[in-house]
Amino acid sequence: MPTSPPEDPYLRRLVAAQLTRRRLLAGAGGLSLAGLLAACGTGGSGGTSPSGGAQAVEDLSESEKIVNWANWTLYLDYDDTTQKYPTLEAFTAASGIDVNYSEDIDSNTGYFGKVQAQLASGKDIGQDIITVTDWMADRMIRLGFTQELNHANIPNAKNILANLQDVGFDPGRKHSLTWQSGFAGIAWNKEAVPGGLKTVADLWKPELKGRVEVLDEMRDTMGLLMMENGVNIEENWGTDEFENALDVLRKQIASGQIRQVKGNSYKEDLISGDALAVIAWSGDITQLNFEEGDKWEFAIPEAGGTLWSDNMLVPVASPHKTNAEKLMDYYYDPVNAATVAAYVNYICPVEGAREAMEAIDPELVDNPLIFPTEEYLANVQVVRSLSADEDTEFSSLFQKAIGV
Amino acid sequence: MALLAGERKSPVIHQRGADEISSAKRRSRIGYLLILPGFIFLLLFFVLPVFSLLATSLYTKPPGADIGQFAPALQFSNYTDVLSGYWPEFLRSFGFALVATVAALLIGYPMAYLVAVRLRGHALLQGILLVLIIAPFFTSFILRTQAWKQILADEGPVVAVLRAVSLLPPDGRLTATAFAVVCGLTYNFLPFMTLPIYANLERLDTRLIEAGNDLYASPATTFRTVTLPLSMPGVIAGTLLTFIPAAGDYINSALLGNNQDTTMIGQVIDSLFFRVVDYPGASALSFVLMLAILFLVILYVRRFGTKEIL
Repeated sequence: MPTSPPEDPYLRRLVAAQLTRRRLLAGAGGLSLAGLLAACGTGGSGGTSPSGGAQAVEDLSESEKIVNWANWTLYLDYDDTTQKYPTLEAFTAASGIDVNYSEDIDSNTGYFGKVQAQLASGKDIGQDIITVTDWMADRMIRLGFTQELNHANIPNAKNILANLQDVGFDPGRKHSLTWQSGFAGIAWNKEAVPGGLKTVADLWKPELKGRVEVLDEMRDTMGLLMMENGVNIEENWGTDEFENALDVLRKQIASGQIRQVKGNSYKEDLISGDALAVIAWSGDITQLNFEEGDKWEFAIPEAGGTLWSDNMLVPVASPHKTNAEKLMDYYYDPVNAATVAAYVNYICPVEGAREAMEAIDPELVDNPLIFPTEEYLANVQVVRSLSADEDTEFSSLFQKAIGV
Repeated sequence: MALLAGERKSPVIHQRGADEISSAKRRSRIGYLLILPGFIFLLLFFVLPVFSLLATSLYTKPPGADIGQFAPALQFSNYTDVLSGYWPEFLRSFGFALVATVAALLIGYPMAYLVAVRLRGHALLQGILLVLIIAPFFTSFILRTQAWKQILADEGPVVAVLRAVSLLPPDGRLTATAFAVVCGLTYNFLPFMTLPIYANLERLDTRLIEAGNDLYASPATTFRTVTLPLSMPGVIAGTLLTFIPAAGDYINSALLGNNQDTTMIGQVIDSLFFRVVDYPGASALSFVLMLAILFLVILYVRRFGTKEIL
C-alpha cells in the first residue's frame, strides 16, 4: 500500500519518525537470530513487515461489534451483586457493541514493557483502548504507537475540561482523551500524626523516622520534592533541579527516615501501620478510608502537589477504532461521566458532570478530589514533558537513588 | 533412560540374531522420538531465548533513538558497565541465597528425616505431614510474602513479643530489613529443600543404622558416617533447587526489603528493563547472572556431587 507523505506537518513528522524506527528494527531483523528472536518472544515480526503503521489497518468496526479495553483496577463503576459494570452494560444495550473490559494494566512501565515490541512493529495487541498516564501517553504517541482519533465519531469530546484540551503531549487531543485525573500529595495516619502534615518537609520529622514511604513513580515523588525546593515543575527545570531534589531523597533513604519506596503496595503498609506518613495518590486515600474506616487524611502540600491524568489511546493496528471512539463518546456524556466518578472518586474530566452529579450523589458535588475548585487547582502542577534522553537519564538516576 | 541404556548394550546384541537387531534399532528409534518433544520444547523456550538474550545484551543505543529503540551491535562495554555498576547487588544476591539455603537445609533436613525415617510405617501421619509441607504452595507466592509482611509488621504480634523480651530495641523493626528478606527466601523455598531430601531418605535402609548401633557407633557418628552420606544426593538436589531460584528472586527483596541494603540482582534487572528501558543492560545482567549461577553450580557439584546428580 503506497502512501505519499501526508500534508499535515505534524503527521508528516510522525510518519518520518516511523520510517526511521522501521529502519532501525529492520536492521535488527537483519542481524541473524537476534531481531527475529526478539520478535518471536512477543509474536511480532520485528518490523520487517511493510504493512506496519496505522494507515494499513482496516477498520472492522461495522462487521465486528466489539471493543477491547485495557484499564487499571478499580477504575470503573462495578456492581458487586450482579458482578457487572453497569455503565458498560448500558453502552452495549444502546450501541449493540460488546465490550471486553480487562484490568490488565497495573503499572505504566510494566505495560509498556509488555506491549512495546508488538506496537513498534505495528501489530495488533488485542486491545482497542488502552489507558495510560500522561507521560506514557506522551511516549507512546511520540513513538507512533497510537491511531489518530476521528473526532466526528466523538461529538461529546467537546465536553473535555478546558485545561485538559491542549496538553503538551497531544495538542487538540488528536490521539488521546482523558479518562480520569488525580493528585499526588501527602497523606498520614490521623491517630498517629494528630497535628497533620502541611509540607513535604514535615515527612522528615524525627518522630516519623522509619515510618515514611514515598512513591516509586518518579514524576510524583520527584515532582513533590522539586516543588518543595521552589521549582516550577511545569517549566524548564533540568538536571540541577532534579539532582537537588534527589539529594533530599538519597539523604532520607540513607538516614532510614524513609522506610521504603513503593508502588501501589504502600496502601498495605498504611493498613498494617508500618507506614504512618506517605506520598500518596488522592483516590487511594479516599478508597482506603471507605474500606478501612476513616483513618487517613490526604492533603496537597503547601508548596504544591502534582496533577496527573490517565488517557485513553487507540493502539496502532487496532481494528475496532470506530467502536472505541463510540465508547469514548459515551463516557464523555456528563451523566455517564458522573456515574463513573461517583464510584472511582478521581477527578472527572468532563464538563457538566458536576451538574449531573447533583442527581446521582449530591454529597460528592463539593468533593474537591472529584470536582476540584480553582483554589485547589492553583496549587497543583503537571510535570513537564521529558525528551527521550531526559527520560532515560532521570529514570536511571532515580532508580539508582532508590537502590535498584 | 532405560531405552538409551538398551542402546548402549547394542554391541552385545550385535552377535545375536537379525530379528533382535532390528527390534533393538526400533527401540532406539522410539527412544529418539520420545526425546523429540522435550528437545523441541527446550529449543524453542530455552535455547532460542538465550540466544536472543545474548544478542540483545550487545545492542547499542544509536544517537537520537527514542525510548526502547536499540540497534544491533557488538557493544561489549554493556557488560563492563553493568558489572561495575551493580557488582554489590550481585554479591548480596549470592550472599542472601547462601544464607537462605543453609537455613532451609537446617530446617528442612530434620523435617524430612522425621517424616521419612522416624514415622516410617505410619502412612497416615506421613501423608498429613507431607501435605503440610506442600500446603504453602496451594496459595500464591506473592500472597504468602504479603502475609509475612502483616505478621512481621511493626504493630504485629511478633515485633510486640520481641520488643517485650528486649530482643528488639523499642524502635526496632523486622520488615524492610535484610533479616526479613532472608526469612522470606528461606520460607518460600523450604519445600524445594525438604521434598528432595524426603524422597531420598524415604529409601534409606534403616538396617544400616541398626548396624551402626550394633558396632557401637554413637547416634551422631552413625548419622555422620551412614545417614548423611547416603542422603547427599537429596541434599545436593535440595540445595540447588533452593539456591538457584533464591539468587535470582526479586519478590522477597521488593516486598520485605528496603531501599538501602537489601536490593537483589533480580530487582535491578526488573528496574533496568521496565523503568529505565535499558534492554541491553538488563539482558547483560541476566546473562551474567546465568553464567555465575552455572559456574557456582558446577563448582559445587564437582566438589560434593554424586553420580546420581550429573
